[in-house]
Amino acid sequence: MTTGTTIGTSVIRREDARLITGNATYVDDIKLLGMAHMAIVRSPHAHANILNVDVTRAANAPGVAAVFTGADIQEQLGSLPAGWVLPDMKMPNHPPIAFERVRYVGDAVAVVVAETPQAAADAVGLVDVDYEDLPAVVNAEEATQEGAPQLHDDAPGNVDFEWEVGGGDYEAASADAEVVVRQRLINQRLIPNPIEERGVVADYNRGTNQITLWTSTQIPHLVRLLFSAVTGHPEHQVRVVAPEVGGGFGCKLYIYAEEVICGVVAKILARPIKWISGRQEGYLATTHGRDHIADVEMCGNRDGTITGIKTTVYANLGAYLSTFAPGIPTVLFGFTLGGPYRMPNVSCKVYGVFTNTTPVDAYRGAGRPECTYVIERLVDMFSQEVGRDPVAVRRKNFIPRFSNGHEVSTGVTYDSGNYGPALDRALEILDYRGFREEQRAARREGRLLGVGLSSYVEICGIAPSAVAASLGAGAGLWESSTVRVHPTGKVAVYTGTSPHGQGHQTSFTQIASSELGVPLEDVEVFHGDTDKQQMGTGTFGSRSVAVGGTALYMSLQKVVEKAKRIAAHQMDVPHRQVTFENGVFYVEDIQERQMSWGDVVGEAYAAKNLPPQMEPGLEAVTFFDPENFTWPFGTHIAVVEVDPDTGETKVLRYIAVDDVGNVINPMIVDGMVHGGVAQGIGQALQEQAVYSENGQLLSGSMMDYAVPTAEDIPSYETDRTVTPTRVNPLGVKGAGETGTIACSPAVVNAAVDALSHLGVKHLDMPLTSEKMWRSVRDAKAALRAVRRERAIAGRASN
Amino acid sequence: MGHEITVTVNGKIYAGSVEPRLLLSQYLRDELNLTGTHVGCDTTSCGACSVLLNGRAVKSCNVLAVMADGSEVTTVEGLASGGEYHPIQRAFRDEHGLQCGFCTPGMMITAVDILSNNPQPTESEIRTGLRGNLCRCTGYHNIVKAVQSAAAELAS
Repeated sequence: MTTGTTIGTSVIRREDARLITGNATYVDDIKLLGMAHMAIVRSPHAHANILNVDVTRAANAPGVAAVFTGADIQEQLGSLPAGWVLPDMKMPNHPPIAFERVRYVGDAVAVVVAETPQAAADAVGLVDVDYEDLPAVVNAEEATQEGAPQLHDDAPGNVDFEWEVGGGDYEAASADAEVVVRQRLINQRLIPNPIEERGVVADYNRGTNQITLWTSTQIPHLVRLLFSAVTGHPEHQVRVVAPEVGGGFGCKLYIYAEEVICGVVAKILARPIKWISGRQEGYLATTHGRDHIADVEMCGNRDGTITGIKTTVYANLGAYLSTFAPGIPTVLFGFTLGGPYRMPNVSCKVYGVFTNTTPVDAYRGAGRPECTYVIERLVDMFSQEVGRDPVAVRRKNFIPRFSNGHEVSTGVTYDSGNYGPALDRALEILDYRGFREEQRAARREGRLLGVGLSSYVEICGIAPSAVAASLGAGAGLWESSTVRVHPTGKVAVYTGTSPHGQGHQTSFTQIASSELGVPLEDVEVFHGDTDKQQMGTGTFGSRSVAVGGTALYMSLQKVVEKAKRIAAHQMDVPHRQVTFENGVFYVEDIQERQMSWGDVVGEAYAAKNLPPQMEPGLEAVTFFDPENFTWPFGTHIAVVEVDPDTGETKVLRYIAVDDVGNVINPMIVDGMVHGGVAQGIGQALQEQAVYSENGQLLSGSMMDYAVPTAEDIPSYETDRTVTPTRVNPLGVKGAGETGTIACSPAVVNAAVDALSHLGVKHLDMPLTSEKMWRSVRDAKAALRAVRRERAIAGRASN
Repeated sequence: MGHEITVTVNGKIYAGSVEPRLLLSQYLRDELNLTGTHVGCDTTSCGACSVLLNGRAVKSCNVLAVMADGSEVTTVEGLASGGEYHPIQRAFRDEHGLQCGFCTPGMMITAVDILSNNPQPTESEIRTGLRGNLCRCTGYHNIVKAVQSAAAELAS
């Protein structure tokens, strides 16, 4: 890299100028001439046959342009596919508008198009649907039992797939082990809650047959591909734009019914169509996350050696398969069940189950928080059982430092790892020994203080296409970039990644500016428009810099290489003698022979004196597909206090030490960690999507679902260790999800620790005040009962 | 059916006829094209739509446009003046108090309200003051720092 690099420095974000002045354009800010507004009639029943849909009253309402039922346009709408296919997995039909049966509250049954959003919303209530109610099931384990209501004829027992991964022989290991701990863990259902809900604007040009979709998505290129696959509209006549996107966290990572419906309706009516989700509508129609019922166990010896882990998981998929749903509780969950530990024996079985609920798919961390929660809760339970400090048990079982690949028992190869220093640093920030003393003193005063650790390894840089395909991915997961140098020397960078808050415009500018030696302001980053960057995959799985940033780096190398050849030709020296540094091309030891960036770029376009056979211009395209995933790691520590009188659990300190390899912009990485941790604390303490037994979403609005506020969570203490990866030339691993992956078990471990002297061994999330108050009360009552019995027994023996 | 209203928004006077049920948030976004004010929920929970109404922060989804008749409204578009960012805008940028930017206009408006009532708030007072505004990206850490930084700048 050139000197004068900004890599590793906290450059202020370039996207902020528009965001702090109200000049950004989100989907709902787009207005097109002649645009109509769409509203969706959604099922109030979790499971019902549609007997009749009468649109007469709605169609005749003021301002209504058209009403469509599923039956009207099922041919054009097609069926929404799953993009991740596991062995022997079922693929039930998923019509964007249901026309025979609805399978969850929120399933679309008709759409109304009107001149104003208000008129469309008014007319929704005028669509008369006759339903025949059917029994519903919302719990994944119950859905697999005999006699449970059946959702799809082609998925008997509601089981979409049974998936297994493992290594070694867990059963033999547990038979030989001195200690086995077992627990049922509930990883509750969550609602992702980006503050911008979803929305779509669709436009159709009759003259060119082009459909344009502006949609709040993380994956414009995959939306283009899947929209075309579903509707049959030619892919090269579809343009998808992700404008400013107000957060995603995984829930904008799919082809959604509304994207298909808006595009098809715009084409039928030949006018622009806008649909903007309300929040309560989004709670029903945008994917949820997590929802695992897991029976887990860990075995090992009294000296603290862990020898194996086993899980059996019922993963709730909701009513239909969302795009990536099958990959989340399987591939992104099972392969890292050894975590950062030598774990010779792993056994993992996952049942993917349909229920009458909103589809479940990725939510920040996506499979890896569930995995880390299983491991880190078990490590604490195991530590308690063998009577050893949880820090010592973790340290004893860590895989020793490695820099060039370490194959674990599940068959995957971690890229690089050095787990001890991150743990040490986190303990140092906390002052672990000091805390334990403070905890003892607090207990004497009746205060309930606890500390919890979470050491993790995760899979990031979601790519290697061949590996992903062998595991079920339905599309290549490479990333693409274009670098286009304009004749004036200004640089346009195009990436197939599609940020929604991650600051790519800044970090990608830093990479380009550092490699080309041009000022930051001479670089512009374009993303999220399939007409600008033609090919791409998108932003998810903490892949953007590791895969997309590397694709950019490689295009920059190509541009520099060509520019050096032009400079060499101009300076009449062999091109190997030309060095490029700080925006200057020069020949070693010959001071007068040098050319500026601008001069060389000018020659590339003037094209009057280029090397023989060289094409004019200066631009490059790269498709980058790494050989492996990246494997960030770290240790997080939470300190909590539980109020014995109210049960309120407060996180007093939160320490995050992450190792995400090299860092482009520390400020942005810290910000990612902060946000992830807040979501992790939210899951641990307060968030939960709750369904009634008959499938009504009880936590159906922001008044009922507890997104953390500024008052609910503390400030964070963050630090890093740096263990670069060799999977990509930047040495970066990915930092978008470490917070949610590590956090929840740290908080729960801390809360259990706070109550451990009362005999509490496990608590299921969320640790609401009521749950904690009851736990404290019950634990104290149990202790009193034991003491009473001892006293009675003592008297009797006297 | 329309009601005649006159509202001063960011120092400019607007007069026109609105439906009685039209929300102030809809009026600003759809009638005046001031789309910097965002709508993130339908239960007055998220605060993304916060604007200053006669100097106090309100959730504009919870105010009817007709109720703003004769009032002065400041939106995110009106925070900067004379080509200079408001100190709160500068602080949000410098302290990385935003990521996706969707909650940011409402956050900044609420922060202005907090600081106008309490120029030197404690961290706890800032967190309490912001509890009506949800952010899902930043974990609030840098938002709190931004408000502290703006407070320091305004005091100097």
